[in-house]
Amino acid sequence: MSNIQPVFIALQANNDTLPIIEAICSDNPQAQVNEYPAMVKINCPGRMVIRRSSVEERMGRDFDLRELQINLISLAGEVDESEDEFVLFWKA
Amino acid sequence: MSVDIRTNSVKPIRNTFAHLARRFGDKPASRYQEIAYDVQSEVNFHYKPLWDPDGEIYDKRRTAITMADWYALKDPRQFYYGSYTTTRAKQQDALDRQLDFAEKRDLLRQLPEEVRAQIVFALLPLRHYEWGANMNNCFISAYGYGTAITQAAIMATTDRLGMAQHISRIGLLVDGNSGESLTRGRALWIDDPAWQGLRRRIERLFVTRDWFEVMVAQNLALDGLVYPFFFQQFDKHIAASHGTGLSTLTDYLLRWHEETAKWVDATVKTAAAENEQNRAAIVGWFLAWREAGIDALKPIAERVLGDAAEAALGAVAAQLDARAAKLGLKV
Amino acid sequence: MAADGDLKPIKKLSLKENYALLTRGLGWEPTYEKKEEIFRTIDFEGIKIHDWEKWEDPFRLTMDAYWKYQGEKERKLYAIIDAFQQNNGQFNVTDARYVQALKLFLNGIVGLEYASHRGFNILGREFPGVGPRIAAQMQAIDELRHATTQIHAISHYNRFFEGMADFPHQFDRVWYLSIPKSFFEDAVSSGPFEFIVAISFAFEYVLTNLAFMPWMSGAAFNGDMSTVSFGFSAQSDEARHMTLGIEVIKFLLEQDPDNVPLVQKWIDKWFWRGYRLLALLATMMDYMLPKRVMSWSEAWTIYYEENGGALFADLARYGIRPPKYADVTIKEKQRVSHEMWSIFYSVRNAVGFPVWLPSAEEMDWFSEKYPDTFDRYYRPRFEHWRELEEKGTPFTNMTLPQLCQVCQWPCIYTEPDDPTEFVHRETEYQGETFHFCSDGCKDIFCNEPEKYVHAWLPVHQIYQGNCFPEGADPTAPDFNPLVAALQYMGIKPGVDGGLMSQHVDASRWEQWTSRPANLHEGAITQAVRKTT
Ligand SMILES: [Fe+2]
Ligand SMILES: [Fe+2]
Repeated sequence: MSNIQPVFIALQANNDTLPIIEAICSDNPQAQVNEYPAMVKINCPGRMVIRRSSVEERMGRDFDLRELQINLISLAGEVDESEDEFVLFWKA
Repeated sequence: MSVDIRTNSVKPIRNTFAHLARRFGDKPASRYQEIAYDVQSEVNFHYKPLWDPDGEIYDKRRTAITMADWYALKDPRQFYYGSYTTTRAKQQDALDRQLDFAEKRDLLRQLPEEVRAQIVFALLPLRHYEWGANMNNCFISAYGYGTAITQAAIMATTDRLGMAQHISRIGLLVDGNSGESLTRGRALWIDDPAWQGLRRRIERLFVTRDWFEVMVAQNLALDGLVYPFFFQQFDKHIAASHGTGLSTLTDYLLRWHEETAKWVDATVKTAAAENEQNRAAIVGWFLAWREAGIDALKPIAERVLGDAAEAALGAVAAQLDARAAKLGLKV
Repeated sequence: MAADGDLKPIKKLSLKENYALLTRGLGWEPTYEKKEEIFRTIDFEGIKIHDWEKWEDPFRLTMDAYWKYQGEKERKLYAIIDAFQQNNGQFNVTDARYVQALKLFLNGIVGLEYASHRGFNILGREFPGVGPRIAAQMQAIDELRHATTQIHAISHYNRFFEGMADFPHQFDRVWYLSIPKSFFEDAVSSGPFEFIVAISFAFEYVLTNLAFMPWMSGAAFNGDMSTVSFGFSAQSDEARHMTLGIEVIKFLLEQDPDNVPLVQKWIDKWFWRGYRLLALLATMMDYMLPKRVMSWSEAWTIYYEENGGALFADLARYGIRPPKYADVTIKEKQRVSHEMWSIFYSVRNAVGFPVWLPSAEEMDWFSEKYPDTFDRYYRPRFEHWRELEEKGTPFTNMTLPQLCQVCQWPCIYTEPDDPTEFVHRETEYQGETFHFCSDGCKDIFCNEPEKYVHAWLPVHQIYQGNCFPEGADPTAPDFNPLVAALQYMGIKPGVDGGLMSQHVDASRWEQWTSRPANLHEGAITQAVRKTT
């Protein structure tokens, strides 16, 4: 049984993060976007993935997932990061 | 409705924080000053540290050195976190281009095998020397007194990790990313008789409890011998017959050492000038660790430079002594 | 022989491989000195570690990447701070009340960031494993970053407002700043494992999102681009730290089953300690943000009950249960900010910032956000106090409150199940009576009385005459011990505290901006032009 406790990522609301947020929404159909002043918080049950290829497609340039750090505010869940994916999850 | 902010008529009621105004007068303070001075708690500590029940959390007595004002130990580079990281990022950027170039041209891999073996022998164990220096600087940062010294020391700590990783990269350029050179370097550090003198001294520093002694021993005496020996003398030796491929990669270490020496020298010089007891303690530490350092480097120098070892070590020691003289440590 | 030509192409390294190679085997088993002489502080707490190599760093940051991304964050942040200062951005915030919250931030939190830097320095030196030591060192320098950027982000305000100029002096002396100060000193004076569970896990993972997400979003909402930029940027470091915090907990729990009860004890202690510290933040969020993003109660629901719930559900498989007294925090969430603001209001002449009563609009907002408590308990109190203000006899309390021996808040919290009854808990230790604000704090004391008897409780210290400025003469006929104590703390009597409507920040604000110092109360000076 997979764990459906929520994970989240919060990003600064600015031009750089728009394509990232779009990519997250399209790769995680259950993602739920909450907008606050200067901040966007995306919740998702169990697991959320940020794919480099999806971000690059929307950004029109190469994207290193470590660049997420620059506009990141916070997150919840365990992290697994590789060149291609940044995954937040709770173990079952 | 328009909001009219008559900013041109607004004069600040003060120019800086009160603790900085007491030191420098009420004028705008630099970003360095705003963090480097007085931010550490001084009084009214709540609990006795379980790891040092007789001391306070921050305690001036963790060194034999005494200072009327610990904030005299300022960093001439005036590094605060932002200027530190952006400076290092810029340097790393330039270095990345060098590393890239060296990788594409196979600058180190195409050196003759015995030269590569020499590079591995002389440089790769230094990963561990750097890791030891990292730990020693972290000790200064943990138990030193005052924001000025602890912030510079944590920057030195992360710098030393960066240097260890940079030396690892040189190894990977030699071994084509197999990591064999790193394994070899580690074995040398742990077992090779030539390297044991240096390892023994580094371990000695791990149990040295006076943080200012650690500062003098690691950052002035040992580094003041190790850096010029490996990155000037040894490098010159390789460059003489095999070109400057290696130098393009070690130059970074040398420049880093020159820059950090400004902080080390200012700190040691100021503390030594504070009073006669300080000066005597520092001279004692310096002499002992200078001796130990030369002793430790001798067998390594003989292995890599042969007959030229003595002259090279002599040059290095003379350089360090001249530096110490400038700091008011009569040798 | 040059090997040119027959070299195999270099194998490309993945991030994980690169990190592993660059940091692999940096450490070694010492042979010239005894290991227990090198790492002297890792045994006394009773935590058992069998294999330090099992520690995994989820971010695998090498220094070059660290410098690159942190440098980039700094460039972005300082561009905003510079622009803020050039444009006198301090006048773009909602009103002068907002600035009062920054006083708590600068005077109360910078010192914590620095103490955190020191605590992680110790871990960066004392942990025997390479991975955990690097993680601690990076956090040590990150925390230095937070102290630095916080000062720089707020520095410009200090040039225009009272009450921030002497922040290091105040942090060491002001009575209510001993709440944050004692919190972090408690952690730093503990052993390294307790410290990392306390700070990386209980505080950062479970609690700091509350400080940096809703509060900072509130700062943005009130027009303070400088502080929000600092806050979000700092929290992005915390996101790394929190991930390490989870890694730490799992590492400790997996290393030995005997670690589980110790870790649980620390989670219980530090959750409660951190929660009490955050009562300051609850008060700032509900009362000091002129425009509000969410209430404390909502923030607690989202960031503790939901996110913390997910976390503890995940940890259940190790035999870890949610922190003791978590249920009390949920009972208190409808009260804590109102109770604490009432304290600050009543002792306002002894605090470092002016206070005010919530406006009619704000009370309506509270009624909506706190349907079970506000109209019943706090509205009548505030309305009564407003009447007294209007009569020219504002309510005030000049007796110094009894402080909790552990959290150092005044003991004016109410019973978890009865908001009209003050909590009184006490215990005897070595013939002396000690007082507590709650069962949570009393438990903490009873587990380690020998530590907490040393607490530097400001009110006790004042009564003992330890808080007078140098050169004060307590025998002089006109000696006023309270005024002397305030001077000692760096609070200027008659300038720093009192009522907002009479405070110099307020009158200056109106001179400078032509806008009311309190959005809801109308102008207090002639400087505000009628704009309708
Ligand atoms: Fe922090
Ligand atoms: Fe308490």
